[in-house]
Amino acid sequence: MSSLLEIKNLATGFQTERGLVRAVDGVSFELEKGKTLGVVGESGCGKTVTAMSIVDLLPKPSGEVLGGSIRFNGGELVGSGQERMQKLRGNEIGVIFQEPMAALNPVHRIGRQITEALELHREMEKRQSLRKAVELLDLVGIPAPERRVIEYPHQLSGGMRQRVMIAIALCCEPDLLIADEPTTALDVTVQAQILNLISRMQDDLGMAVLLITHDLGVIAEQCDEVVVMYAGRIVERAPVEELFANPRHAYTKGLLASIPRLESERKSELRTIPGQVAAIQDFVEGCRFCQRMEREGALTEKRPPYEEVSPGHFLERCPECAK
Amino acid sequence: MSEEENITENESTLLEVEELKMHFPVRGGVFSRQVGAVRAVDGVTLSIGRGETLGLVGESGCGKSTLGKAIVRLLKPTAGSVRFKGHDITHMWQGKLRPLRQDFQMVFQDPAESLDARMSVGELVAEPMVIQRMGNREQRRERVAELLDRVGLPRSAAQKFSFEFSGGQRQRIGIARALAVNPDLLILDEPVSALDVSVQSQVLNLLMELQRDLGLSYLFIAHDLAVVKHVSDRIAVMYLGKIVEMSGADELYRNPRHAYTKALIEAIPVSDPSQRRDHEPLEGEVPSPINPPPGCAFGHRVSAPGYEKSIEMDIRLKEIEPGHWVSDCPCCVTTPLAGNVES
Repeated sequence: MSSLLEIKNLATGFQTERGLVRAVDGVSFELEKGKTLGVVGESGCGKTVTAMSIVDLLPKPSGEVLGGSIRFNGGELVGSGQERMQKLRGNEIGVIFQEPMAALNPVHRIGRQITEALELHREMEKRQSLRKAVELLDLVGIPAPERRVIEYPHQLSGGMRQRVMIAIALCCEPDLLIADEPTTALDVTVQAQILNLISRMQDDLGMAVLLITHDLGVIAEQCDEVVVMYAGRIVERAPVEELFANPRHAYTKGLLASIPRLESERKSELRTIPGQVAAIQDFVEGCRFCQRMEREGALTEKRPPYEEVSPGHFLERCPECAK
Repeated sequence: MSEEENITENESTLLEVEELKMHFPVRGGVFSRQVGAVRAVDGVTLSIGRGETLGLVGESGCGKSTLGKAIVRLLKPTAGSVRFKGHDITHMWQGKLRPLRQDFQMVFQDPAESLDARMSVGELVAEPMVIQRMGNREQRRERVAELLDRVGLPRSAAQKFSFEFSGGQRQRIGIARALAVNPDLLILDEPVSALDVSVQSQVLNLLMELQRDLGLSYLFIAHDLAVVKHVSDRIAVMYLGKIVEMSGADELYRNPRHAYTKALIEAIPVSDPSQRRDHEPLEGEVPSPINPPPGCAFGHRVSAPGYEKSIEMDIRLKEIEPGHWVSDCPCCVTTPLAGNVES
């Protein structure tokens, strides 16, 4: 097996006042070296929790991986301990978050936040790491990097901050970049710049990207393969062309149909998905999209099998939703 | 108070905005003197007809929300005029403005923040009627039930609190509240940007249905060009406090003339992997509206050839075809003959 990342039956839960809830409930997928896998789904579907499980950044102590396995470069990550994870994060796996202002430390200069990782993981000395930081800022397209390196995060615009996040994530040339809604807080023209930058870096470094987004347009432009999540589970997974051309699950079809497109007729009624996602503590064991459709009986009692229906195309085979 | 009001009601036009400016002072120095101004809205002219939707697009900081707020007089404009149903409301005092306020209402982006968490949904929806002294308690209660029906919420919602509802439902509450006083015009400020796609389409459908049934006019402010195009009759594109292009929605998409409009359309990710393009994204970012660059602000951003020529110019919107307005900037607008250079 040459997969860089192999996730099998991952389950992640949170202790709440109302007991244990499973935010991720049996998720499996693989990501090959150098490829981009998109994870798409609506808020609360478990896409971010899946990513945070990989790098062990779940809110503690309420959140924990309940079961399953995460193998990265052949080694098991679940239960591998703090020390191993610290060596991994920022070194072999880089992470960028949606809101760079929340992820950057407001009281440290930009340069310091980059050199921190270099000194820790690469044992560079100060002067050398600072030079590297300027180089990186230049690489991610920040003008006047030697001046920016001594500035603080609040002095930068949103797009610039996201570039700094990317510089930090990439400073140790990771094998995997996890990008959680990296462009959601940005304007369209800046979004295009950032996505373009990620692709370029990917080509240069040969790294794989796990791209989490709710935007199907971003998925269509960036990814090789797509995982569609609904209510903590994967309902469909396929190569990107296949998924857009031949969606099989009712939820995937509904998502694709409900985006307004530039070429669609103005003021025509948009397709919608009726109802809304159930609250997490009310999730049924059976098909959760059937639950949203208010179907009852066997459909919502027994978990539908998740199988490969054609090469590379996986589907949760609910008799109603995936006919 | 003493001035004779000059009412020139035009049958088909509901809202007329002329040369509207909204500047915020920047203070500095020992005596907090004004050292500059944020030119958030810098000379905007537009109009909205009855039953029409005007879409307003632009990136964050371009002044689109400020423009919306200045129109409904949540802000006091620095210069220019806003006429609503022929009344000049630009400097009208609050007492006189209040009865007119019934006719234009605002819906905000984040219903979680714009709805008071301590009021029940019934109270929230009834509040505008209380302010406008409409009906008695009983009549208002009935109207609330009607409005909740109208926006697709159960009547029992009136007894609950807004935080018990999901984002999409909360936006429905915000819409019900705005509709309570029978307005003619809704200013919708990013009404669906905080919602998930499947819920977003539900709310867009609701807005389109309400417009059909009640003959409402909308100023639809958003950054998502695909959403704006879907709901709008006409679209205005705003950049750094100014409108750079305005035309019919289909025309704007088919035949964009301003380089910024083109860049915006180009930058939207296409939801079709078979049409993946390899385009160079637009460089730079929107400059600060404090001391904006002279001349054409977009030309400055992309260092367009011919930008220098724009510095000395007073750039204005010009109607190049019936209903299609483009700023007469020398660096960003391709002439019709030279059009279609890409591909």
